[in-house]
Amino acid sequence: MEKLQFSFPAGPPAQGRVLAGVVGSGDLEVLVEPGQPGQTRVAVNTSVDGCAWLWQAVLERTFTDPGAAALAVEINDFGATPGVVGMRIHQALSELNLAGKA
Amino acid sequence: MDTSQLLKTVSFIEMGARERAFALLDPGSGHELIGPFERMKSPWLEPQGIAAQADDGVVVAKGSIGGQPAVVLAIEGSFQGGSLGEVGGAKIAGSLELAAEDNRRGVPTRAVLLLETGGVRLQEANLGLAAIAEIHAAIADLRRHQPVVAVVAGTVGCFGGMSVAAALCSYLVVTREARVGLNGPQVIEQEAGIEEYDSRDRPFIWSLSGGEQRFRTGLADRYVEDDAAGIAATVRELFAQGVPAQHRDQRIGEFLDLLARVDTARQPDGAYARAAFGKGN
Repeated sequence: MEKLQFSFPAGPPAQGRVLAGVVGSGDLEVLVEPGQPGQTRVAVNTSVDGCAWLWQAVLERTFTDPGAAALAVEINDFGATPGVVGMRIHQALSELNLAGKA
Repeated sequence: MDTSQLLKTVSFIEMGARERAFALLDPGSGHELIGPFERMKSPWLEPQGIAAQADDGVVVAKGSIGGQPAVVLAIEGSFQGGSLGEVGGAKIAGSLELAAEDNRRGVPTRAVLLLETGGVRLQEANLGLAAIAEIHAAIADLRRHQPVVAVVAGTVGCFGGMSVAAALCSYLVVTREARVGLNGPQVIEQEAGIEEYDSRDRPFIWSLSGGEQRFRTGLADRYVEDDAAGIAATVRELFAQGVPAQHRDQRIGEFLDLLARVDTARQPDGAYARAAFGKGN
């Protein structure tokens, strides 16, 4: 069990919150809420130890836009592969966009 | 098979717990209580190296069914096998208790349980067992006022202490994918031996504990297709029937008589179980 924190530059806070995924085997849950202005923070709780560098790489690819809405993201991970992690985060972000709250 | 009908059907089994809960409530009537953003997580999993889920795998959705107040309690089978620990168990037991309290105050709240669970969460041991006992007591209390409907759709099924909860409900709805049993197949195999009970023999397992068999042997009340709209309609019909004159556990004499006639010397199979318990087909 490892708890990791990441942060990325962002714009004004998002308006809404969404949930995607489930803490099932090889899967993860992503909770997205409005963040503090200027910064997206990602808190990862994962059952797999020693993969901080991998999380950093996956998240860096996702939160690239410093003008994007600032989010507070919590990830509860049960051994998802980087591909699944990327898909779940994008699922959450597109649901937030669909709701017009990003 | 009617392909156009099949394509229009929305699978209930493929839905997660949250979607299932809202699929049963009247459209637009539902809101979630103690949802994931309240982060009522299990405090016991992380110290044991297991990632906790923000809603502890239980969704409480309050709204109406057929215009009458209702609460749907859905277990997420994908999180820790739908196992019940302290928090998830308390969410279910507390909701049932509040529904019974509503009824005593003149608000006719009814409850549906969507059970996908292996029973108690072993990592939370006695706290999970205590919660399940509270759920049993709460079902027995609420069903004096309103029918309590349980749906086991699959694919996890419903086992352990929660199979007792399913049996206590006024009505039990199952699909072909469902399984209901006190012990799961691997536990029985371990105890009885692989010659008697091979947990990898799926047709054999379903022929004894599958949804269709549970319906044919009188242990379930409705056998339904995997169709979200159809299951919602079945739940509404069962509520319209009201509280049954006798709940299944109150018919214990009948079941004990049937059990007494079972020939334990022979290897049971699906056909024998139907002949012994069921409607003979």
